[in-house]
Amino acid sequence: MLFKRPKNSLEGNTKIQLKLFKEKSDTAEKEMFTCKKCKKTYSKNELSQSFNVCPYCNEHFKISARERLNMLCDSVSFSEHDKDMTSVNFLGFEGYDEKLSEAKKQSNENESVVCGVCTIVGIKTAIFVMDPFFMMGSMGSVTGEKITRLFEYATNNSLPVVGYCVSGGARMQEGILSLMQMAKVSAAVKKHSDMNNLYICVLTDPTSGGVTASFAMQADIILSEPKALVCFAGPRVIEQTIRKKVPDDIQRAECVMENGFIDNIVGRKNQKSYLGKLLRMHMRYRV
Amino acid sequence: MNAYDHVLTARSKGRNTCIDFIKEIFTDFTEMHGDRRFKDDMAVVCGLAYLSDIPCTVIGLEKGKDNNDKQKRNFGSAHPEGYRKALRQMKLAEKFNRPIIMFVDTPGAFCGIEAEQRGQGQAIAENLYEMSAIRTPMLSVLIGEGGSGGALALAVADEVWMLENAVYSVISPEGCASILWKDSSKAVQASENLKLTAEDLKSLGVVERIIKEDEAIFKNLHDDMYELIRKNLKLDNDELVAKRYERYRRMGKVR
Repeated sequence: MLFKRPKNSLEGNTKIQLKLFKEKSDTAEKEMFTCKKCKKTYSKNELSQSFNVCPYCNEHFKISARERLNMLCDSVSFSEHDKDMTSVNFLGFEGYDEKLSEAKKQSNENESVVCGVCTIVGIKTAIFVMDPFFMMGSMGSVTGEKITRLFEYATNNSLPVVGYCVSGGARMQEGILSLMQMAKVSAAVKKHSDMNNLYICVLTDPTSGGVTASFAMQADIILSEPKALVCFAGPRVIEQTIRKKVPDDIQRAECVMENGFIDNIVGRKNQKSYLGKLLRMHMRYRV
Repeated sequence: MNAYDHVLTARSKGRNTCIDFIKEIFTDFTEMHGDRRFKDDMAVVCGLAYLSDIPCTVIGLEKGKDNNDKQKRNFGSAHPEGYRKALRQMKLAEKFNRPIIMFVDTPGAFCGIEAEQRGQGQAIAENLYEMSAIRTPMLSVLIGEGGSGGALALAVADEVWMLENAVYSVISPEGCASILWKDSSKAVQASENLKLTAEDLKSLGVVERIIKEDEAIFKNLHDDMYELIRKNLKLDNDELVAKRYERYRRMGKVR
């Protein structure tokens, strides 16, 4: 299932932020940013230094996979896997080729997920981070293949996996094979777990559809960023089905946690130390 | 027949539903209810039955017959408890090395507030996760509509078969058209693009066998099932699970 968030929400933001990451010159420092939530205006540099979280109202804005990796991994510890793997329009789906090249331009990535190995506070970890600027983290064959390979690598090397999810769901332009990625990744997650390895997943805004119905909900520990939309069917799809308004908060992380599906909500600036603590606590005690 | 004709046929009134297949193919069907957590979801039918002399676990998504029945079964759209009920029966089957045969016919997992609150995504995720390694033969047959994740949650198996007029898709053609072209009336065009017919899916390697919909359908399906299940019962369970892993591992096209 795939859905799109209404145009008015965060889509406008993505462009502003993209520009922000690309222009790291002096001009960026002087450029100003107005928070959509609290209306405070401050320099883009300040926003970028706080990992795209509003320093005044704690609103978590979207952040690219690379920025997240910079924030999480110990310096120069990240080594990327399957960097050049890229999607093919094997169904000949109308408009998919154009969408792909647009997504590559927008995100500066080859696909909606970046995978690799790094250390987090000194602990070696396999990591995947989905990118909201690549077709809103849509899950296609390459997304599934890269994450599956990462889990297989982690299984073979007895590494924990840390995964960051952001996704509108399975990529309809790849038809049934995008649905099959859910089964493929799930099987790899199961194998990794059966060998007594740890998988921690962090849900970010939005995590939905086929990603929620597979690897986002299969982790040993499921964390979330504040106020992230976490759902299977998005509010619009539900409204079309039941013909009733869906209250805005019921699919937010805080509510999903109340319903028992999330272990904890952790703000972006605390995530590295929080993950580091969890990874360390899962190391086996030897007498 | 174009792709959308298949969609309409798969949804058409009077088409055989899960219960017909259970009645015609198996004997001594003994239904089991409930997920032992929340309630009994009538969109999912579970039970034990004989396939000739082989005791099996049978699980299926049932759309219902008359209006009353359809409402009771929520038109074949399961809630999380339906998937959890199915998984409970699969685990029981595994304990006795009893083969699991599943029938899929659903517009999709139900999209409602309560379904979300009880973890629709988590329920499907757990099925995919567990089913990838259940140590007993599994077969899934798509008999009508295969609606996205709600269908996949009962379609992780050693082989997946499909009736010639069944469809299986990541999203409904109407949903796809409304997202891509903001116009749900372009469903015909979307159906062509999505490649959701039995022929398409066989060529993509997602289904192993297409079942002809003629008068002998139940007899043929019975015989084919019997043959496959006997073959898979002879395999070592490690090998069976490894083959299932490989089946899904191959799926997807990348460069």
